[in-house]
Amino acid sequence: MAQRIVVDPITRIEGHLRIDAEVENGVISKAWSSGQMWRGIEVILQGRDPRDAWHFVQRICGVCTTVHALASVRTVENALGLEIPMNAQYIRNLVMSLHALHDHIVHFYILSALDWVDVVSALQADIGKTVQLSETLSNWPGNSANRFRKVQSKVQSIVDSGQLGPFANGYWGHPAMILPPEANLMAVSHYLEALDYQRKADQAIAIISGKNPHVQNMSVGGVTAAINPDNETTLNIERLYWVKQLAEEVRGFIQQVYLPDVIAIGALYKDWLQYGKGVTNYLAVPDMVLDTKGTKFDLPGGTIMGGDLGTVKGITSFNDSYFRDNVVECIARSWYDGDWTRHPYEEDTVPKYTEFQDDGKYSWMKAPRFQGQPMQVGPLAQVLVGYAQGHELTTKYVNDTLSRVSSLAGAQVGPEALHSPPGRHLARAIRASMLADLSIKHW
Amino acid sequence: MSTQDTGKAIDAQLSRRRFIKGCSMAAAALGLSETMVPKLVEAAASPQRPPVIWLHFQECTGCTESLLRASHPDIGRLILDIISLDYHETIMAAAGHQAEEAMQASIEKNKGKFICVVEGAIPTKDGGIYCQIGGRTAMDILADVGPKAAAIIAIGTCASYGGIQAARPNPTGAVGVRDLIKDTPIINIPGCPPNPVCFLGTVLHYLTFKRLPRTDQLGRPLFAYGRKNHDQCERRPHFDEGRFVEQFGDEAHKQGYCLYKVGCKGPQTYANCPVARFNDVGVWPVGVGHGCIGCTEPDFWDTMTPFYERLPGVTIPGGGQGIVTGADSIGKKILGVTAAAVGIHAAVGIGKKVIKGNTSERAEDK
Ligand code: SF4
Ligand code: SF4
Repeated sequence: MAQRIVVDPITRIEGHLRIDAEVENGVISKAWSSGQMWRGIEVILQGRDPRDAWHFVQRICGVCTTVHALASVRTVENALGLEIPMNAQYIRNLVMSLHALHDHIVHFYILSALDWVDVVSALQADIGKTVQLSETLSNWPGNSANRFRKVQSKVQSIVDSGQLGPFANGYWGHPAMILPPEANLMAVSHYLEALDYQRKADQAIAIISGKNPHVQNMSVGGVTAAINPDNETTLNIERLYWVKQLAEEVRGFIQQVYLPDVIAIGALYKDWLQYGKGVTNYLAVPDMVLDTKGTKFDLPGGTIMGGDLGTVKGITSFNDSYFRDNVVECIARSWYDGDWTRHPYEEDTVPKYTEFQDDGKYSWMKAPRFQGQPMQVGPLAQVLVGYAQGHELTTKYVNDTLSRVSSLAGAQVGPEALHSPPGRHLARAIRASMLADLSIKHW
Repeated sequence: MSTQDTGKAIDAQLSRRRFIKGCSMAAAALGLSETMVPKLVEAAASPQRPPVIWLHFQECTGCTESLLRASHPDIGRLILDIISLDYHETIMAAAGHQAEEAMQASIEKNKGKFICVVEGAIPTKDGGIYCQIGGRTAMDILADVGPKAAAIIAIGTCASYGGIQAARPNPTGAVGVRDLIKDTPIINIPGCPPNPVCFLGTVLHYLTFKRLPRTDQLGRPLFAYGRKNHDQCERRPHFDEGRFVEQFGDEAHKQGYCLYKVGCKGPQTYANCPVARFNDVGVWPVGVGHGCIGCTEPDFWDTMTPFYERLPGVTIPGGGQGIVTGADSIGKKILGVTAAAVGIHAAVGIGKKVIKGNTSERAEDK
């Protein structure tokens, strides 16, 4: 008899998600993913000034905020056939890449690390051994005995207070948490440092964008950041160098702390490199634009089908017909009126709630498809389509990262291991490292 | 005392000194006198950290994200030293029924004593089915948890007044907390998202005085929403002298002139943006050349749009140049015009171009 497990709310994400699973003999035989909220932004946008749309669309998500703003202004520009001045492209590239640095740091440390790291076990760590471990991974100056001791006593005081706050009811001490106490202590220390470095990335964005989250310097046709080295209110040399310094500091954290941590997690949880492939069709769009038309990029996009890197096909412009013509959305399982699969240009959004129907409708999410297939998107998709196309920067980081995982794990770990939960973290850290380099290149 | 203990004591002293400095800054931000600092210190470091239950409804998590950017106190200090964040879906380790359990345990233990923070609007149409968590609607959860709190802080324009999902035609019947909860003290910290200092100042005020700060008629604390952006804006002299940006990227824009004609809503927006500034880098939207969009005002998604049209009913001062003609004809021109641009063959990078002095061409000149 199958057992039904419902996890609701799924935490450490944006939005309200419910996951149901049926488990038979310890194996999940069926699962449902259900978006539990609808806000109606598609409906609210209708009839409004298209120049305003990006402000609305940005509020779809306060975590990935900026990319929604960019997608929106680019959509309107596409419809109007506008070319974007190169300076504005660079400013957008800086905002996009710096935001990704913030986002990827937060995604790993704040949103994901507690699934791999046992905070309470850090209390058992030997300080000397923690220093040794950290030094085998990188020469980050934050990895000192004093700092680790301070972090350990902080954890102790939280545990002693009996007020665990956000750490209450975690899976502390669960046998699946296999990191040694020293790795846990190091990770908790980096969790706290991550809070500082994600903030620096945001500061760099704010200097250009006025504030964040929810930047306020885009406009259809370009950006509203004025550049004038002879004025105190505009982007001048002092401001620009401030952006650069912050970007360099964040790059240091990403390449000396985040990437090595994820490499260590990948190696220590090496069994996990074999599970959790999920959907192995991949889709990523290009970015870091290099021309006014949106046809040349420093970060390649494309698709891969069935996990076969040989099938890679590039998405090469903001007007790419291969991408545009193959996207559809389906509402067969969604709480909207009808049962159709349509191109976004032909869609409507008419809510129609039913109860949670296992074999019918059960979610507020529409289901996007590409050539009728579900696709995996995100950093792994971006890294794989770049790697499969021989993109130089991607290839460099993938090869280097996999060889470091291999030597720590004591086993050969190849690109196929990326189709896994730790693999997705590796890909995100690789993408962050690439974008850290690219943000400085586009400065 | 072992060496290790000595180290700890020194460390504790040091961090206490830093902590008191932080409290002094907070006191200054709240307009409190120095004599209040010890009280603030005591409140912020009391042995039982005050429990906070943070509810997420129809929202984008931008308000939570804004707290990640705060510096005084920073998020680490806030959740480890000042409050006990017993329920917060974006941060907490637990999920599913373990998360629900953590919330129930805290409510039971701290009934009438915890602070409830609400982020996001509450959909009321069709029985509230547009937002459900753990099988309960947002309406049910708020009706259950809200009245058990000592006070409710509605963070963001969504929780305060309904926010973006309440914009025309408000398809889910979204409302703010004050529309549903009547008998618990509520304070509104609007903004999309608000500056984190507005929220943190309110928390510290509450912990210090055991009551909420004074508010205006819209439930916003006076220390943060007492004046209009327009009355505190560094571009105000340009407004008064009639020096206006006519379109983004024009010479006036590069001189940092007033943004009223390209849609700035500062004249009708009560907020502290030009004073508090964002992200500790001395900026706010007007400061970087984009108009204020009025995000701390109820229904701004309807009343302040179109964002790039000038606000009606504002008297433009008489003197000065640049206001004589065209004051009413701005708008569509903004489309397709932008900040300084350069040719496409130059080296990659914005900073590098400014250094080369290569920024004066415009898109049209190419
Ligand atoms: S007020 Fe703005 S930032 Fe906050 S949750 Fe609502 S949409 Fe997001
Ligand atoms: S209209 Fe806007 S830019 Fe002009 S003075 Fe007022 S707040 Fe400042």
